[in-house]
Amino acid sequence: MTINRPMRDEYDLAVIGAGPAGLAAASLAAQSGLLTLLLDENQGPGGQVWRAVTSTPVKETRLLGDDYWAGSKLVEEVRASGAEILQGATVWSLDRHLEIGISAGGGSQFIRAERVILATGALERPFPIPGWTLPGVMTAGAAQTALKSSGLIPDGKTVVAGQGPLFWLLTAQILRMGGRIDLVLDTTERRNYLRALPHAAAFLTSPYFRKGLAMMREVRSKVRVVSGVTRIAASGNGRLEEVAYEAGGRSVSVPADLLLLHQGVVPNVNLAMSAGVKHRWDDIQLCWSPVLDANGGTSVEGIAIAGDGAGIGGALAAVERGRIAARAAVEALRPQAGAKVPSMETFRAALAKAERGRIFLDVLFRPSKQFRIPGGDTIVCRCEEVTAQDILDSVAIGATGPNQLKAYRRTGMGPCQGRLCGLTVTELMAEARGKPPEEIGYYRLRAPVKPITLSELASLPKNESATKAVVRG
Amino acid sequence: MFKRFDDDTRKVVEIFVDGRPVMAREGDTVSAALFASGLDVRRKTAVSGAPRLPYCMMGVCFDCLVTIDGMGNRQGCLVPVHPGMQIEIQKGKREIGR
Amino acid sequence: MTVRADAIIVGGGIHGCSTAVHLCLRGLRPALIERDYAGRHASGVNAGGVRQLARHVAEIPLSVRSMDVWEGIQDLVGDDCGFDSHGQVLVAENDEELEVCRSRVADLNLRGFIHEELIDAKELRRLVPAVAETCPGGIVSRRDGAANPARTTTAFRRRAEQLGTIVREGIAATNICKDGKLWRVEAGGETYEAPVVVNAAGAWGGRIAASLGEPVPVQTVAPMLMITSRVPEFIKPVVILRGRKLSFKQFANGTVLIGGGHLATPYQDTGETILDWRRLQESARTVWELFPVMRNATVVRAWAGIEARTADDLPVIGPSAKHDGLFHQFGFSLHGFQLGPGTGAVMAELIATGNTNTPIDGLRIERFAT
Repeated sequence: MTINRPMRDEYDLAVIGAGPAGLAAASLAAQSGLLTLLLDENQGPGGQVWRAVTSTPVKETRLLGDDYWAGSKLVEEVRASGAEILQGATVWSLDRHLEIGISAGGGSQFIRAERVILATGALERPFPIPGWTLPGVMTAGAAQTALKSSGLIPDGKTVVAGQGPLFWLLTAQILRMGGRIDLVLDTTERRNYLRALPHAAAFLTSPYFRKGLAMMREVRSKVRVVSGVTRIAASGNGRLEEVAYEAGGRSVSVPADLLLLHQGVVPNVNLAMSAGVKHRWDDIQLCWSPVLDANGGTSVEGIAIAGDGAGIGGALAAVERGRIAARAAVEALRPQAGAKVPSMETFRAALAKAERGRIFLDVLFRPSKQFRIPGGDTIVCRCEEVTAQDILDSVAIGATGPNQLKAYRRTGMGPCQGRLCGLTVTELMAEARGKPPEEIGYYRLRAPVKPITLSELASLPKNESATKAVVRG
Repeated sequence: MFKRFDDDTRKVVEIFVDGRPVMAREGDTVSAALFASGLDVRRKTAVSGAPRLPYCMMGVCFDCLVTIDGMGNRQGCLVPVHPGMQIEIQKGKREIGR
Repeated sequence: MTVRADAIIVGGGIHGCSTAVHLCLRGLRPALIERDYAGRHASGVNAGGVRQLARHVAEIPLSVRSMDVWEGIQDLVGDDCGFDSHGQVLVAENDEELEVCRSRVADLNLRGFIHEELIDAKELRRLVPAVAETCPGGIVSRRDGAANPARTTTAFRRRAEQLGTIVREGIAATNICKDGKLWRVEAGGETYEAPVVVNAAGAWGGRIAASLGEPVPVQTVAPMLMITSRVPEFIKPVVILRGRKLSFKQFANGTVLIGGGHLATPYQDTGETILDWRRLQESARTVWELFPVMRNATVVRAWAGIEARTADDLPVIGPSAKHDGLFHQFGFSLHGFQLGPGTGAVMAELIATGNTNTPIDGLRIERFAT
């Protein structure tokens, strides 16, 4: 059932994030009798991939595609499962005692759970090109969110640049809805096709293969696509006016009002890291991924991670990972209830199928270095407005890793807490110092992982007298 | 930059942006409503005063920060509109204590 | 391999790094061994208060000396360390507290210290316009201020290295022992030898002292801090409260730091801390009451640094009571940052000349001898 605030202080299981993994996990756990709380920051369930699936104004199924509408079934399932569902709730703290700080409806409170499943999903990889902070430059995912939740479509001169499965999907969706796209800049490195070839056989049997191919054909039939793009820069006075690019050694500039960038997604690690979950550098996906056991269990007792936050695998894999993590929680807390739900082996087989061919995508769509590691006066940290050169200068006078860099340049100390610069900073410093990213490390992340107002913190209910003390002020 | 697609049948919700009435739709987030308004809704950063618009629309970039009903630094991309909502575009550091 | 130095400093906090700089200035060549990186714990993540205000009389001379060093910090380390001097104000929330302030200042004056000055409600409001109108006054120390702690510690580390200090980060000092006239320390597969060893190991200083037969009653603690997003300038001095645990400071960039000594749970062996949000909530409430303008400011981060607190809340400074060539400089009990630059100078004096003009008698390790 959907609620306005948690009904109790303690739960068997708290699931954080109502995307594919979180919906699947909460649903299975609640069906098995666990007192389950599903927390989600958005106004409705679905996460990013099924964003606004219960409320989108885009009703014609063809426009957003079957994979999108598949989310409705899982939403119905969780709503019938008995799990408490709290939308519009920001989790700003989680610690190893599994105490969870929640901000909802203008107030804050703490709850505790026996188990926690983090299903905080992914975010788009930073795409630090010159001018990426200009108004008019945004992520492809952002445009897709506007499209799904509000039916907004581009209507000025629009350029879409980057690579990856979501890149083609979004472009197709915008075009189907009558939105304007003038030019597609494909940054996939040509040599990646060769590198990915050995993994192609597995991908041919992946559910993504045919759909992906069809989508690329659909886009190419409607819009000009430039492949092999090796440089992109946005410029303009106070807003985007021009996109310059280079392909096959040729430099071209086009006027533009909107530039949509995308080069894949990476795990959203902030909450997990702040809880002390151990992560490692993933050399294939070029990001930090949590160190997990077969059930999604982390280095922190009681915390599991499912979905893209566990390493990018896509929506289908996320659902199975959610079920696996939830089943593990059921086995731990209510062993006898486990008999009612399908076996772990069933879920593992389904996961293996969903993950088939993933490596092909990872290798083919590995973003190229010049789009990950910027130089000169390209901004790296959007919040504190720190450039690549600023960071290199700090390295030259002794900054050895992201945490030391904070003292020199305040990178990662703004409200986004490194979400938009962390990977760039790690790779940039790794390259500057000639060390592997694993050794350079990442920001030490601390709660609140999302900003909370002082009033909200001050008014955390503790007991009645404490509440009165606040009211008198 | 953006327009609403033709078949949007959601209810209209009136909000105010720096005092000007804007017709949003039920279920819009503040950021979506601002984009659809066609107004110049660029905020200015607290660090250098550089102009910005929302970048991620999913709650991670904080470039959508906006003052809503007197409360500053709220993430416009996460907050749904409600009738009569007062939105102010932030220019620089948010004023406190008004 | 064996590395020979004039002194081995264990610990790369502000204290170890400052002592290294001052030893170099006296022509000695120290080796500094830090198990993580310089400024990883309390020295890099404290509130950055540069405060003579409200100190125990036993450490006032040291604090006053340190203030002189702070005022020349740019020349000493080649970095302004983000140091600004807008004073520190102790706020009395009621007449009773103001009375305590009055006798404190009178007592200090009798002892010859004039840095603390009693202020009335009017002067308080002039210095801190945003404070709640019910506060009747307090104490100001006008030369005080604040600095960026990580930047300061890093600047000392960098200067120490430039002046010839052998800096080793990411390796732990082990097997500290004396062999004849020389101290030996194992670190990272190498042996370091010197006639002098300085225990500047912060939260780990107590363990080192105990292992050398000089136990000190210390507790490992982790004071918590939180910081807000940038807000327009509204307060210049650092503000601390007389009665409640709160310190409050706005940086030049607009962010506001809220501290005051509420503690997190430290995990010394992993270097982690777990924040106690119930206590941070108390800090938030205090700010909420005293600075109404801050009510809608957003807290963007909270953290805690690990350090040592002694039984009497005073640091352990000076030569060992037991071993020649061993010097202690730890246990700063939540107020060591301002003392760092000056204490390094005093330690270097003690090591090089056997003496110092700065009175530190109340801070020696002998006070804990049983």
